[in-house]
Amino acid sequence: MIDTSHYMLLSAILFSIGSYGVLTRKNAIVIFMCIEVMLNSVNLTFIALSRHVGNMDGQIFVFFVMTVAAAEAAVGLALMIAFYRNKDSIDVDDFNMLKW
Amino acid sequence: MEAILFYLTALVAVLAAFFVTNCRNPVNSALCLVTNFICLAVFYVMLEAPFMAAIQIMVYAGAIMVLIVFVIMLLNLGTAVKSRYTHGMVAGGVLSVLLLIVANVFLRNGNATGTGGDITSAVIESYGHTELIGRAMFVDFLLPFEIASILLLVAIVGAVVLSKRKV
Repeated sequence: MIDTSHYMLLSAILFSIGSYGVLTRKNAIVIFMCIEVMLNSVNLTFIALSRHVGNMDGQIFVFFVMTVAAAEAAVGLALMIAFYRNKDSIDVDDFNMLKW
Repeated sequence: MEAILFYLTALVAVLAAFFVTNCRNPVNSALCLVTNFICLAVFYVMLEAPFMAAIQIMVYAGAIMVLIVFVIMLLNLGTAVKSRYTHGMVAGGVLSVLLLIVANVFLRNGNATGTGGDITSAVIESYGHTELIGRAMFVDFLLPFEIASILLLVAIVGAVVLSKRKV
């Protein structure tokens, strides 16, 4: 059995890689994928701690995180298609329609 | 043996996550993301959560990634790779390293308490992981489950309305 702190450390590394991608990339779909990496690293923490504590609640929470991620994927990608139809671009630098 | 498997899979997961953030072509990023998801499924199996691993493969590597790849292909982003595809490398790098350091500090100083709950390896062995998940979900978490179904319905309607040409 691997120690729980190893999983936590791996999860922290994955989360910071994901945040690096969110902060630096321009393509909105790649930013979206980096958000998925961050969500998954948090899921790994939940399951590792749920196993460590000996409780099922963390895994139920992972289930709901996956539900929210699926809903987010559907709505977010629909938004990106609508945006691409208006602006012919998916760069986040062009996402300035609410600025005045 | 398990440690070797853990470190190899962790290496692959970290490399895949790194290439998600650094590939120029979004299709390559998507493929690396699938690799990352499968590595996480391996971790879930190692943590004695096989149902979660199956859900990870089906929902993430199956449904969500198909959706993402479909949108990439639909918008034809694979061919239109611009010369400059990142911004703020230094600031983003510094911020994420700071985040990693803070997480490490918490991890080193923290002390995990509350071990020894009622879900042990023997219980998972005798009941099966899926049954335990189902029992927890439909007995203790029934209301959140119903709310999640309403959330998915709202997401379906929202996606249809947003991607229609004329409302």
